[in-house]
Amino acid sequence: MTNVLINAPKTARPGEIVEIKALILHPMETGFRPGTNGKIIPRNIIEHFVATWNGAEIFRMEMSPAIAANPFVSFFAVATESGTIGLRWTGDEGFLVEEQVAIAVG
Amino acid sequence: MHSPLDRRAFLAGAALLTVLPLASARATPEAMAAAIKEVVGAATVREGKVKLDLPPLVENGNTVPLTVSVESPMTPADHVKAIHVFNEKNPQPHVFSARLGPQNGKAVITTRIKLADSQKIIALAETSTGQFFSASADVIVTLAACIEDAT
Repeated sequence: MTNVLINAPKTARPGEIVEIKALILHPMETGFRPGTNGKIIPRNIIEHFVATWNGAEIFRMEMSPAIAANPFVSFFAVATESGTIGLRWTGDEGFLVEEQVAIAVG
Repeated sequence: MHSPLDRRAFLAGAALLTVLPLASARATPEAMAAAIKEVVGAATVREGKVKLDLPPLVENGNTVPLTVSVESPMTPADHVKAIHVFNEKNPQPHVFSARLGPQNGKAVITTRIKLADSQKIIALAETSTGQFFSASADVIVTLAACIEDAT
């Protein structure tokens, strides 16, 4: 339903540092722009991005309106154990998207 | 009775009124310094260890790729705790703050940002030992991210 692209390896060796890339469709409306009627378009952004590995938080990012539309984030993580990488975006207007990808370590 | 002083005061007041909303609509180098101060507190910020990669000439300010990498062993004893990015001339000085730890293996983050004007970007890294390192980059933006106009 929501458009999310996640790029993470399906397998990794124990201790390997893997890159996790995530892209989500979102306007990231800044709240500083007037619309065609001259009124400011209300702010609508993703404020938080949190990544977990088997439920434990591994990465978190707080975003300002200066993040480009359709936020893209890439970060690294040490592959410790097989399981799921969970990604969660939350923001204005009750925005909440959660996605999971499986990774096999061994 | 209208003395020239009254008129002058009025003009000055009127000028201030027209200037103020413009000034508040944009972050300034001072606002950026204040935002950095809020994160850093009393600690000193040193140059180095941080590498900030973004194109020096940006054609479209709506989406500018940016990579911050920090030299760090990323061990439980010595790792990068947070990476913050600030700008000078967008409406707000803060761009993002990322929280990291030894579980990340290396302190490298890539994202895409908006730039409203040619300006200086500062990346700040906070280590687990309480030290702060920074790097800055000047960017020339030919097409600014739209602040004024919406489609």
